[in-house]
Amino acid sequence: MRSTIKTLSFAAAFCLAGLVSFGQLKLPSGFKAETVGADLGRARHLVVTPTGVIFVKLNRPKDGKGILRLEDTNGDGKADKITGFANYGGTGMAIKDGYLYASSDMDVYRYKLDNNFNVVNPDQPEKIVSGLLNRHQHESKSIALDNSGNIYVNIGAYANSCQIQDRTKGSPGRMPCPILDSAGGIWQFRADKADQTYGTGTRYATGLRNVVGLDWNTQTNSLFVMMHGRDQLSNNWPEYWNDKQSAELPAECMYELHKGSNCGWPYIFYDQIQHKQMLAPEYGGDGKKGPEKEFQDPVVAFPGHLAPDGLLFYTGSQFPEKYKNGAFVAFHGSWNRAPEPQAGFFVVFVPFKDGKPSGNWEVFADNFSGGADKTASGRADYRPCGLAQGPDGSLYVTDDTKGMIWKISYNK
Amino acid sequence: MRRFSILFALGGSLFVLATGLMSQTSKPAQGVSAAQVTRGKQVYLEQCLACHQVDGLGVQGMNPPLAKTKQVLGDKAALIKIVLNGMQGVDIGGDDYHGVMAPHPDLTDRQIADVLTYVRNSFGNKASAVTAAQVKTVRATNKPAAQ
Repeated sequence: MRSTIKTLSFAAAFCLAGLVSFGQLKLPSGFKAETVGADLGRARHLVVTPTGVIFVKLNRPKDGKGILRLEDTNGDGKADKITGFANYGGTGMAIKDGYLYASSDMDVYRYKLDNNFNVVNPDQPEKIVSGLLNRHQHESKSIALDNSGNIYVNIGAYANSCQIQDRTKGSPGRMPCPILDSAGGIWQFRADKADQTYGTGTRYATGLRNVVGLDWNTQTNSLFVMMHGRDQLSNNWPEYWNDKQSAELPAECMYELHKGSNCGWPYIFYDQIQHKQMLAPEYGGDGKKGPEKEFQDPVVAFPGHLAPDGLLFYTGSQFPEKYKNGAFVAFHGSWNRAPEPQAGFFVVFVPFKDGKPSGNWEVFADNFSGGADKTASGRADYRPCGLAQGPDGSLYVTDDTKGMIWKISYNK
Repeated sequence: MRRFSILFALGGSLFVLATGLMSQTSKPAQGVSAAQVTRGKQVYLEQCLACHQVDGLGVQGMNPPLAKTKQVLGDKAALIKIVLNGMQGVDIGGDDYHGVMAPHPDLTDRQIADVLTYVRNSFGNKASAVTAAQVKTVRATNKPAAQ
């Protein structure tokens, strides 16, 4: 019964009433969306400067440029001056104290900006971190900075569940999981120091399978991350989970991290229907057993496989009051729900009060896919990835399929 | 609440409909037995669909498509080895895919022959059958990559 209720509430969120079409997107009443960039390539994370200049990181360089700079010089709302630099692909993009930070799948760079937010020396960035593991699975190194001169870098685990034979039916988990020494967590480095690597950084938090969306919350002064949960419960462990359960499980979790946080991957996963930590089947779990020792609980648990790729705490004042200090999460959309219908391809909002979620999450921007059938088949028109806040409090969203950037604003 | 569940059911049935259409196999290549294709489809549903999807088009950046690629339509021995040994990080049609395909040496010669014959005659593909004897020959000399 409980699961029925949950499924229905997911359906409710999914087909949320009250969203109004605005071009491709569906938004709450009073909001509008405009495209400020299109056909940019695989647009991942982005930042918007106090003057409205956009920097966006591409997962694969386009015409040899891995970072694009978009500027609207005539004020018509469209970027008319697009330049690029950086010959590497990647995901991470951040801006802080006169520097633009960017990551490849192995390294983190920073570029000095002048007063007009032009990159001073685009061909000679300072390499601040290098040599991070890239084994072509969960390889993106997304980044966030705090207000104390630190940069946080995700190093995703190069496995689904740390099995002896990755992603193979019945293969047991390695104990202890050796991946956690160098991946499956968030590493902390100094934001202003060149040539750092594992030895000079700190493993800040562990037990995180793969994080793409992360943001520093200035209200709580802590790092929040969205973890991509494990795949293949029914595929590899059909004796414990059927396809329907495996489409919903495990939760995609939001965690608030502190130094030393351990979120439990690969030993556990979070079951958002039973509201508890479950022992992973690779480590003796059967869908009922919990771990002997609990790991950190999530602050929000979303339905499975939706693939959260962007996280942003909204600090602007353009949107109505309820959005202030709340979290936007961009869900790239699922694939591991098959043969069940796929889901996601939307941006959700979670209200926060005093640094904690204060209500249920709701779909904020929907229909990136282009319709229910395209969502179900996974053949989506667009897939939301990066989120950023503009100087006027507008919300920017990227798509890494066709390279769109939308600006969502509220009409008072 | 009731309205939501009706909408959800509607979405679900649309999906089932779309699924049915997409998975419908057009006539196989000449000399390919329909029975083998049907058996292969069953193996596909159990072993392949989760990653390569109902329509065989895979997942962008993760799991490669099976439609009209040289890996599927080309050398059969190489194709059989992909099933036996798994695959990761191969550029297909100019795109990179980071998903990990697990090895499937546990499948029988006939299951591998059937599923490959199904794949070679689905998703717009049309190519000759793979036989259990061919799988047996490849398996006999196959050396899986060291872990």
